[in-house]
Amino acid sequence: MNTDRFHSDRLDSFRELLERSDAALVLTAMAAFYLLFLGIGAVLNYNLAGIISILGQVTFFTAVYALVVLALNLHWGYAGLFNIGIAGFMAVGVYTMAMLTAPPTGSPPGLGLPISVGIVGGMVAAALIGLVTALPALRLRADYLAIVTVAISEIIRLTYNSPAFSTFTLPGGIALGTGGANGIGNFPSNPVRAIYYVDPESAASGTTPIGTAVFGFFENTLGVFRSAVIVDLTYGLVLAVVVLLVYVLLARVGNSPFGRVLKAIREDEIVAKSLGKDTDRFKIKTFMLGCALMGLAGVLWQGFGTGAVYPQAFRPELTFYIFIAVIIGGAGSNTGSVLGGAVFANLLFLLPQYLPNIIEQTFAIQANPNTFIAAVGPIAAGEITPLLGYVLNQRLPALRFVFVGILLVYLMQNRPEGLLGHRTETAAAVDLSDGHTPRAGSQSDPTPPAASDPGGVEDE
Amino acid sequence: MSNPVAADHAGDDTAVDTDTHVGSEPVLRVENLRKEFGGITAVDGASFAVADESLTGLIGPNGAGKSTTFNCITGVHEPTAGAVYFNGENIAGRAPNVIADRGLVRTFQIARELAEMTVLENLMLAPKRQQGESLMRSVLPSFRDGVIKQETELREAVWESLEFFEIDHLAEEQAGTLSGGQRKLLEMARALMTDPDMLLLDEPFAGVNPTLETKLLDRINQLRADEGITFLLVEHDMDIIMEHCDPVIVMHQGQVLAEGPPDVIRNDERVVDAYFGDEQ
Amino acid sequence: MVPYARGRRLLRDQPGLVVVAAAALLLVGDLFAKLLGGGLTPARFGGFIWDGLVIGLLIGLAGIGLSLTYSILGFANFAHGDYISWGAFSGWAVAYLLAGIDRYAAGGLLLIGAGDGPAPGDVGVSITNTPLSIVAGLVVAVAFTVGVSLAVDRLVYRPIRNADGITLLIASIGVAFALRYLIVFFFYSGRQGVTDISRVPSYDIGGVVINAHELTIVVVGLALMVGVHFLLQRTKLGKAMRAMADNRDLAQVTGIPVEGVIRTTWILGGGLAGAAGYLVVLTQGTIAYDLGWLLLLLIFAAVIMGGIGSVYGAIVGGLVIGLASRLSLIWLTGDLSSFAEPVAFGLMIFVLLFRPEGIFGGVSTA
Repeated sequence: MNTDRFHSDRLDSFRELLERSDAALVLTAMAAFYLLFLGIGAVLNYNLAGIISILGQVTFFTAVYALVVLALNLHWGYAGLFNIGIAGFMAVGVYTMAMLTAPPTGSPPGLGLPISVGIVGGMVAAALIGLVTALPALRLRADYLAIVTVAISEIIRLTYNSPAFSTFTLPGGIALGTGGANGIGNFPSNPVRAIYYVDPESAASGTTPIGTAVFGFFENTLGVFRSAVIVDLTYGLVLAVVVLLVYVLLARVGNSPFGRVLKAIREDEIVAKSLGKDTDRFKIKTFMLGCALMGLAGVLWQGFGTGAVYPQAFRPELTFYIFIAVIIGGAGSNTGSVLGGAVFANLLFLLPQYLPNIIEQTFAIQANPNTFIAAVGPIAAGEITPLLGYVLNQRLPALRFVFVGILLVYLMQNRPEGLLGHRTETAAAVDLSDGHTPRAGSQSDPTPPAASDPGGVEDE
Repeated sequence: MSNPVAADHAGDDTAVDTDTHVGSEPVLRVENLRKEFGGITAVDGASFAVADESLTGLIGPNGAGKSTTFNCITGVHEPTAGAVYFNGENIAGRAPNVIADRGLVRTFQIARELAEMTVLENLMLAPKRQQGESLMRSVLPSFRDGVIKQETELREAVWESLEFFEIDHLAEEQAGTLSGGQRKLLEMARALMTDPDMLLLDEPFAGVNPTLETKLLDRINQLRADEGITFLLVEHDMDIIMEHCDPVIVMHQGQVLAEGPPDVIRNDERVVDAYFGDEQ
Repeated sequence: MVPYARGRRLLRDQPGLVVVAAAALLLVGDLFAKLLGGGLTPARFGGFIWDGLVIGLLIGLAGIGLSLTYSILGFANFAHGDYISWGAFSGWAVAYLLAGIDRYAAGGLLLIGAGDGPAPGDVGVSITNTPLSIVAGLVVAVAFTVGVSLAVDRLVYRPIRNADGITLLIASIGVAFALRYLIVFFFYSGRQGVTDISRVPSYDIGGVVINAHELTIVVVGLALMVGVHFLLQRTKLGKAMRAMADNRDLAQVTGIPVEGVIRTTWILGGGLAGAAGYLVVLTQGTIAYDLGWLLLLLIFAAVIMGGIGSVYGAIVGGLVIGLASRLSLIWLTGDLSSFAEPVAFGLMIFVLLFRPEGIFGGVSTA
């Protein structure tokens, strides 16, 4: 009896902690996801290297999704700017970085500038394209803005895809290139490698003292000989720090008079204007900041992360994944954005990739028909394994998107505010109720009991 | 209620200098204002002036053009012709936020509270030129301290306002959950937090109980005396207008029909005709 | 009097119009220069115009549904492209089946060549070779897509009928995903050839090559448009639709059957989308799961240009977008030809900025 109550007390206080502390919430969620994928690795008989690799993936994808979702939340959750051109701004960030840092003799050629310049340049370029988009589009209502941002995202992608800019020369003889449909293959290597390798570009250059120590530890004590997984995990952790910094930045932006005006703009722009706020300037600044963050995300994700700098990586589908993550987490909440990103990355992106292997391992399904009819035909004879095989081996990615679509509809019908959107996060730099306790109830309600709303048609 | 932001800017030279006293240049002067919508002329050459620190009433039967005039003055519509002088500056056709920033602030007939923000947030939004409205200042460490300081001061002013308007018990509620009358109070409190030179009130007393109504009118008069704020009031309740406003401006069919003290207006034949003419 | 006072006022009040007029004059002038100077043969010019008309007609057909949904149901339907794709797949599954049933197994045919199914050249589908199967396919395309749109409305939109436009828009994105990847699930994710090009007769009219499939599309497309016109102008239902597009609440109060009108909107819009999808494959010769999605932005462009809620606007907008995307190739030569689509998008953005109500703006349905 006693232990039961002890457990339920602890459970209650834990639940309270989760409600109070955002950090606890996020950490708990991440712990759950790490455990989940640890379990998956175990079921699939991965060795330690394999398990580290999976955990590295969890960290990486959670971080990059969280980063972009935070940026979109600034646009849409705070300022009400319905931007579905995210993929385009990410592309501008990473392509600009690539063009700035590629060696002049490379294919395609670039300016050969250092990586730090490239990253800043990518963010600035994305912000400038954001400015160009925002200036004329400010007055559009939300759904028109959505269409315009998709159109601009596609224009950006088609421009990068076009053979016309595969390689080109600027006046002054500077050669640059986008690589056209093939993209840019020689993206600089991940700077995190500089921690472990003397020359980040080449593993053969030998390891730094830290590298020797760390790799040595993993090899000798833990039996992990794949140094790549260690580098990847390190990168994931670096990204986690970046997400934390961006979160702090955006929390400051949101919890301030600036954030307050943004919320007002989202709610009712006319009110904001009638109180003297220059809403255009707020919208432009916000748009540019968000786009700069999206550019950064492009560099960190497609650039250093997956090394996928080609136009196909930036189709509108990418934007919609981010959108779904924002909606899951709850628009308007920064913590919700991180959670939404984590949930999407782990449950809707990574998990489905491992599911086929897990199921096949557990149930030993060999069948692999390559058309739907071949899969369902045998049902008449009582065999469902061909259908299962078809689903798992051929069509799981597609089914995943079907599920995501249905989830989106479900959310819009039942819980449009997402996981955390119901929280009232007040936009102020200080606690607005500090030192004040409102009188419990008033002595007389300012409104006469039978009075209804003034309503009525606004008269002339 | 003192407004720390206004105090910071007391010495600033915003736009044109204010504070010429009663009897001199009117705060607001509308000259031959005209507004056409397609084929309809809603305002047809209206001219009137509002004296500094006055409580002026604007009345007229339905369709007289009061709302359109209001909207032209506050920048919601661009006038087809005519001028609107506020503190000597022609503000006709300027953007609503520019006009509000100049010190000419309005409330809405149907209260536009920011429903998903709390009452506190609604009021904290209002003061002009807050330091934290700059992106840089709200983020960078050394500047943020200044922002926090100002936020703390504003908070005190906001609570004072809430207590005066007797809606402090609703401080943490989302504004959308307030009753109709409470929203109107919020609307007025919010407008006052901008520390305006002149306030245009669009039917502010609808749905408000008589006791509070009296208290509000007392407050309005106190603000006129202490802070020098001018009020232009549109109301359907003729009693309020006639009892408290001086002068009273009557509009009819897009033009100003009469302008003067309430007793004179009350007995003006043209005004009586305008209101009851159809019934003869 | 200030000289050129009216001109100056026009420049100040309607800068967009002035820019458009100036640009149009420049382009037309350059066009004539090219035609006369030999840079552009009349045959090639005619070819561009014909291509533009064909694709423009299809965009316009598809746009009618999008425009009606927007004005009567109040949201931008991002799943419209996937109705088009389903129209294509459902219709061509049947067309393929009927064309090849005498020689091949039904399974491979129904999945339009999935897996090891028969190749287009073997099945030999073309308007002259297998006319009945093509007609049957069109009918099925229309019927199936109508079914899909009604089902989706019942399941997805009706429960949130009075939600705001953004919520509905987001829900439609969910529908788009679900529908699109169901195609992949049942069929495949690649691009597949469908018609047998070698059996499609073509005609040479003054140097412009027109093939029978394109001719079919123009005939069918025009017939459908005439049908829509009659529906909207002569029937009670049409009047009701126009009323609802104007003002839904008022229409409801005056006794117009709102759900009935909504149902008709989906039937009309979905049916036309299905037909458009089916016919697009007829002209392109290939089919892919994202064919509708790839067209969607162009269709939005057409609808916005024409003015949301206007059926004729959608048709005119479609023709404009179709022609713009093809005629721009006159100037965008070589590598620049990849910018034909961006030009169309740019046009849409331009319209949105300067005349958001579109060409026929202010006029609601029809």
